[in-house]
Amino acid sequence: MGLHRRTCYASDVSDAATRQNSQPPRHATLVRVTHWITVICFLALLISGVEILISHPRFYWGEVGNSLTPPLFKIPIPASRAMVPSGYAYVLPDQNGWSRYLHFQAAWAAVLTGFVYAVWGLWTGHFRDNLFPAPGDRTWGAFLRVIATHLRLRQPEQADAHSYNVLQRAAYLMVIFVLFPFVIWTGLALSPGFNSAFPAGVNVLGGRQSARTLHFFASLFLLLFLIVHVAMVFLAGFYTRMRAMITGTATAHQEPT
Amino acid sequence: MSKISRRKFITAGLAASAGLSGLTAAAGLVRRYQLIPPDSGGFWGPGETLTYGAQRLLTRHSLAREFPSSMISQVPFANEIAPLNDSFQRLQARGFLDWRVSFEGLVERPASLSLSDLKVFPVRSQITEVVCEEGWSYIAEWIGTPLVDVLNACGLLPQARYVVYFSIQPDWWESIDMADALHPQTLLTWAMNGGDLPVSFGGPLRLRVPRQLGYKSVKFITRLIATDSLKGFGKGLGSASPEGGYAWYAGI
Repeated sequence: MGLHRRTCYASDVSDAATRQNSQPPRHATLVRVTHWITVICFLALLISGVEILISHPRFYWGEVGNSLTPPLFKIPIPASRAMVPSGYAYVLPDQNGWSRYLHFQAAWAAVLTGFVYAVWGLWTGHFRDNLFPAPGDRTWGAFLRVIATHLRLRQPEQADAHSYNVLQRAAYLMVIFVLFPFVIWTGLALSPGFNSAFPAGVNVLGGRQSARTLHFFASLFLLLFLIVHVAMVFLAGFYTRMRAMITGTATAHQEPT
Repeated sequence: MSKISRRKFITAGLAASAGLSGLTAAAGLVRRYQLIPPDSGGFWGPGETLTYGAQRLLTRHSLAREFPSSMISQVPFANEIAPLNDSFQRLQARGFLDWRVSFEGLVERPASLSLSDLKVFPVRSQITEVVCEEGWSYIAEWIGTPLVDVLNACGLLPQARYVVYFSIQPDWWESIDMADALHPQTLLTWAMNGGDLPVSFGGPLRLRVPRQLGYKSVKFITRLIATDSLKGFGKGLGSASPEGGYAWYAGI
């Protein structure tokens, strides 16, 4: 299995001499920095998103929806507003002010970070080399083999410490090129100002309340990815994987068990 | 001292000058289009400024979506309001005949108008959605007088940058920039769905700002002031919302 990696440190010619016997970093500096900024942003968006959701934990389909119209479904939690029929006798404290400020500030940080990452990834071939399935892996057979390995709870192959397997690549591509763009789109579709400039953005989603419901499900899928991602880091070796994403060090040490 | 190659030096110089001219261009854009919101200070300032600035470049003249009459909500949802004060109740007892709304500040001819004075202006109606920051929404037909018509009749002065508007209820005031104040859909609303505007929806007079969240559409309007600065109003953050922890610009 070939390792499709390309050093991203072409300019660091002078550094190369001092790193002669060490390997190139597992993750490029830009990947590591944007990864952790995205982590902070995502957690901020998640927490503030949940707080905003608590003010009206009901979801609808179509253009309009409110406490007087039948919901598509409800989240069985108390609400932070007295006017919402939550089924609970008490009202949670209103946290929407700072939650909204945080949500939009973190969204800007995430979008700008994502933009830098996407431009860099296209420019350096990061997506082509590290995320697009390797030439030998572009078959259902290769895909199923990796799934089978996972289902048997086998330890990852040694090669996995230096490169992504096809299942990882598919998951990361899905998050980067489908879920993130979709969650941004459905979020923008909730902005009355943005809607006035680009009405099609909300209309093709089926209306404002459909956009809100889809925004919720997109976030839910991202949360699901986060849980699986963190679980896999633990299973594959928390120390080496964390070190690779923080310092970039590639050499795989045996985990002390 | 480490050597700096000529290529690196030129590259860095080019990058620096590109960055500087980019910043200068951005500063010019910000000055020309006034892209800084009044609550741009503090920890949340960067996000708010990016949102407001980006949207003002995109949405200066854009129109809020309007809907066919078949989409008007059968039962619109009236959000809770604080108990109505004595002044309101006295006016309500006389059928709002004495309700007056004043137009002050940077206008050549300040005016105090009754509801029937407002109804002399050309009537406009729009079927738009009320969008609450909590997440719910409804569609209604809003009927009234475009704010821009009244401002022009009062002789709005060119140095005006904001319009501040007050409810008869205490501590309930907002402000909008001129892009929204002069916007054709910003409506001094006195009727809804073919009838008088119900008190629960802001009657007798509500300022509808359909390109922003519902909390900018203040109910029971009695006073509007055109101004070039928001410094003298409350804590200078633009409206009561930032003082209560909510963003001044609610176009999101």
